[in-house]
Amino acid sequence: MRKLIVSPAPHVHGNESTRKIMLDVIIALAPSMLVAVYFFGLSAIRLLLVSVLVCVALEYVVQKYLLRRQPTVSDLSAVVTGVLLALNLPPTAPWWIAVIGSVAAIGIAKMTFGGLGHNIFNPALVGRVFLLVSFPVIMTDWTVPQSIFRPGVDAVSGATPLALVKEGLAQGLTVDQIMAANPDLTYGQMLFARAGGSAGEASALALIIGFVYLLARRVIRPHIPVSIILTVAVVSGIFWLADPSQYTDPVFNILTGGLLLGSIFMATDYVTSPMSSKGMVIYGVGIGLLTVLIRYFGSYPEGVSFAILIMNSIVPLLNKYIKPARFGKEAKHA
Amino acid sequence: MRRTFSMGGVHPNDCKISADSEIETFPLPERMYISMSQHLGAPAKPLVQKGDKVKTGQLIGASAGFISANIHSPVSGTVASVGPYADLAGNPAMHIVIDVEGDEWEESIDRTADIVREISLSPAEIIKRIADCGVVGLGGASFPTHVKLSPPPGKKAEFLIINGAECEPYLTSDYRLMVEHTEEVLLGARIMMKALGVVKGYIGIEDNKPAAIEAMRRLTESSYSEIEVVPLKKKYPQGGEKQLIDAVTGRKVPSMGLPIDTGVVVQNVGTSFAVYEAVQKNKPLFEGVMTVTGECLSVQHNFLVRTGTTFDRILDYVGGVPDTAAKIISGGPMMGKAVSNMAAATVKSTSSLLLLTEDQTRRRAEGECIRCGKCVQACPMGLEPYLLNKLSRAGRMEELEANKVYDCIECGCCMFTCPAYIPLLDYIRTGKADVMKIMRSRPKK
Amino acid sequence: MGTTFIFTVVTLSVLGLLLAIVLFLVAKKFKVVEDPLIDVVEATMPGANCGGCGFAGCRAFAEACVKSRSLEGKFCPVGGNAVMQKVAAHLGVAAEEKAPMVAVVRCNGTCANRVRTSEYDGSVSCRIMGSLYSGDTACRYGCLGGGDCEKACRFDAIKVNPETLIPEVSEDKCTACGACVKACPKGIIELRNKGPKNRRVYVSCMNQDKGGIARKACTAACIGCGKCAKACPFGAITVENNLAYIDFNKCKLCRKCVAECPTGAIHAVNFPEKPAAAPVSAPVAEAVENHKE
Repeated sequence: MRKLIVSPAPHVHGNESTRKIMLDVIIALAPSMLVAVYFFGLSAIRLLLVSVLVCVALEYVVQKYLLRRQPTVSDLSAVVTGVLLALNLPPTAPWWIAVIGSVAAIGIAKMTFGGLGHNIFNPALVGRVFLLVSFPVIMTDWTVPQSIFRPGVDAVSGATPLALVKEGLAQGLTVDQIMAANPDLTYGQMLFARAGGSAGEASALALIIGFVYLLARRVIRPHIPVSIILTVAVVSGIFWLADPSQYTDPVFNILTGGLLLGSIFMATDYVTSPMSSKGMVIYGVGIGLLTVLIRYFGSYPEGVSFAILIMNSIVPLLNKYIKPARFGKEAKHA
Repeated sequence: MRRTFSMGGVHPNDCKISADSEIETFPLPERMYISMSQHLGAPAKPLVQKGDKVKTGQLIGASAGFISANIHSPVSGTVASVGPYADLAGNPAMHIVIDVEGDEWEESIDRTADIVREISLSPAEIIKRIADCGVVGLGGASFPTHVKLSPPPGKKAEFLIINGAECEPYLTSDYRLMVEHTEEVLLGARIMMKALGVVKGYIGIEDNKPAAIEAMRRLTESSYSEIEVVPLKKKYPQGGEKQLIDAVTGRKVPSMGLPIDTGVVVQNVGTSFAVYEAVQKNKPLFEGVMTVTGECLSVQHNFLVRTGTTFDRILDYVGGVPDTAAKIISGGPMMGKAVSNMAAATVKSTSSLLLLTEDQTRRRAEGECIRCGKCVQACPMGLEPYLLNKLSRAGRMEELEANKVYDCIECGCCMFTCPAYIPLLDYIRTGKADVMKIMRSRPKK
Repeated sequence: MGTTFIFTVVTLSVLGLLLAIVLFLVAKKFKVVEDPLIDVVEATMPGANCGGCGFAGCRAFAEACVKSRSLEGKFCPVGGNAVMQKVAAHLGVAAEEKAPMVAVVRCNGTCANRVRTSEYDGSVSCRIMGSLYSGDTACRYGCLGGGDCEKACRFDAIKVNPETLIPEVSEDKCTACGACVKACPKGIIELRNKGPKNRRVYVSCMNQDKGGIARKACTAACIGCGKCAKACPFGAITVENNLAYIDFNKCKLCRKCVAECPTGAIHAVNFPEKPAAAPVSAPVAEAVENHKE
């Protein structure tokens, strides 16, 4: 007699899977990776390879030998962490920086909490901040290495726009004077391609292409990135209107300092972001606000990483207390 | 922009591969198994004994309470036995077994194909006739129709909505009825509107059925102007009562409430057709349209089947169960029930037999929740399936209740969409059952 | 420097003093007076908090005992008579002696005895499987093998054997708390007297179908033939709904019924003939042999 399968409904599945989602994120990061490789050549390739390899290998080893579980590296989440970490490093960083960052990301931020789905903080960001605090000199050395893809261009210093502004303001200059001293700080350059800053920040356009792809594939929803960007625009706009000589304008703030990379790819990390739409908006607004405050008043020129990590920590609370809108009114107490 | 319900929902492939198969009359089998539990509520009481001769359409099971329904013989012949017989899940239920002899109908039934347009019965008579003829909701829950058409005191119906959404993939029985028996369905609606005393009716049809929308529109514009055809943007579970009311009228049934709380009564297309036949033709509900489908079958069918035909018999007729079929489902792939006992018989509300292959239906290994929130977005009731699943597995009943597990309509959207293949609904269902039990056991204020 | 130091010390001291006063007042106002005997009784309890007594944990049981000053209807299955004696001594009442019990799985529908007729593909849970359908064999009374009993057991005493898919009770660990009995949706687990030297005789089947149907579904099924009832010299066996049941209070462990049973559905455990055999596996072999005949 043939044995039929019996199970509770539903009997079909939509065929989405964790691996497909992670693959989509990697595809969405492809334009930024290509831009990084174009500008920074072999050093970018080396950083990408090293961090992906170390992330995947470490996850495999920890799952197999420490947790004694079936390794799940085939879900590609470790690859995503590796790529994101590499894109957050200065292109000149030595290979061992990527190794240490990967160990912090996978070993500390992800596996100690129990692996995929259980970590509180975004692993790639933990890796980056760990490096930033431990190796501040290496992590803020924005020299542009020679690229085999751009023959004839020598290694140049490429301090990030935010660092230039922060330094200038510290010397008593106004924003206008700083801009005038650095004629290549145009919006066009920031949008399309600029060889300064971390590997993933080179082109805002490449990041936006990835964003559109993620939206089209329904991997992420616009709530988090849009609320971050709008908040940054509004808050920095208020400061800028109040005193344009001391505060940079909103467009400058949005296009610089990894805000796009952070809001599109890091803040939207499923595990460490809220589940409900309302929660997502609160989370996004919080990140935007903290980013601007850290940039204007903190000692680091950059604020996105810290802002995301701080907001990561209240995600469990948001999930607990911010409930989605329910269908229909409250039950009547008859 | 087409209307649809306001929150959640998923988009399964609609797979309506049997849509173009016209309704065929299924040949009478030799033996019929008629369950006494074909409806929600108390099982009917058998009125015949072994050896009795019965006619087609004769009352053989009497309604046993307010929420219960009459059952009529689908065939003529001799009662072979009255006793327990296993249903599609292998659990025994009272059945009347009849050996078929000829097909002699009760004389009171109008067997002509003429459409009777004039509604001569009064509202009270209509409701009594519907109850006498054993009409139940054919959308799934099998709730006795006459009860639904009698709103409780203090509640008044404003609209009737005919549910032609047929949002479950594969199913086409309602579609065929809307295309082939358009006017009968509309007359059924008109009859129910008279019974309810409402002057406005809607029929909601998803836009993947343009032929049905077209056919209905042609008639409503000419002669059934009190009924409005509402094309709906395809989204599952549009056919859920609460979702359909939301899609058509924008009203939201309150949590723990009933459709009548928003002044709406919803009836399925099949029910509307059955009401027409009961009231205008005096024909009890003992046969219905049923889709027999699946990619693994070479020919797709829509059959007019007498209630009580065994699944074995139907599948033999279509050429047997193909080797590639791994699961047989009574109903649609989202909410249907898997058949474990092929010797079980159809009931009034059996809308389909769906054959799925191993690839289509085998569950995949459960992974870790990545907290993507897709289940939250997909839930048409605004619940948090990931949380309910977790709480149910941990047995945390108070929190389950606080998170409104009782509002779950068990549509399966969460599980359908979960990228980690977590069997969310399996556990939410048990958690909901436990919470409902606790809530019912509480003394009423 | 000096003023900062003094300022800090003074502020913190004042703050500490204020908070101490608040704490003192709160503790005084909300003090709950409890019978100290509750603590004494609780201390004698095993502390497993299994709920086997019917109360929500050991403390609740102790509270109930102390408040009612009676042990009527109260028994701690984990601690057994020894603990109840102590509790009774604390309360100054007499404890009722209870025979030690053990959980018994009344199904022998192993993979060898019972053919699977469908393949269950849902969540591994007897509860979910049982509410969906009659089960993946032709016997709708038998064990579903989903391990709800195993999950419910706090003492690691019941385990589903992966080969037979039937749970097995470890007698040393079982405290007869009854958690598995409650967890089983098919009601096949029963608390029975442990018996002298752990020797017990019981019908390992719950099938109430007529003999032919039961036998067809499972070779080890009780077919309700009644031979055991006739053979029993003590009137301990009754057959109802095609199913034999042995009253453990009347059974004198003579094992006449075991020899009579045509399907090997009656199990005798821990008797000297088969000293090494595990409670389930021995009768399995027996039943398989029967099947071959």
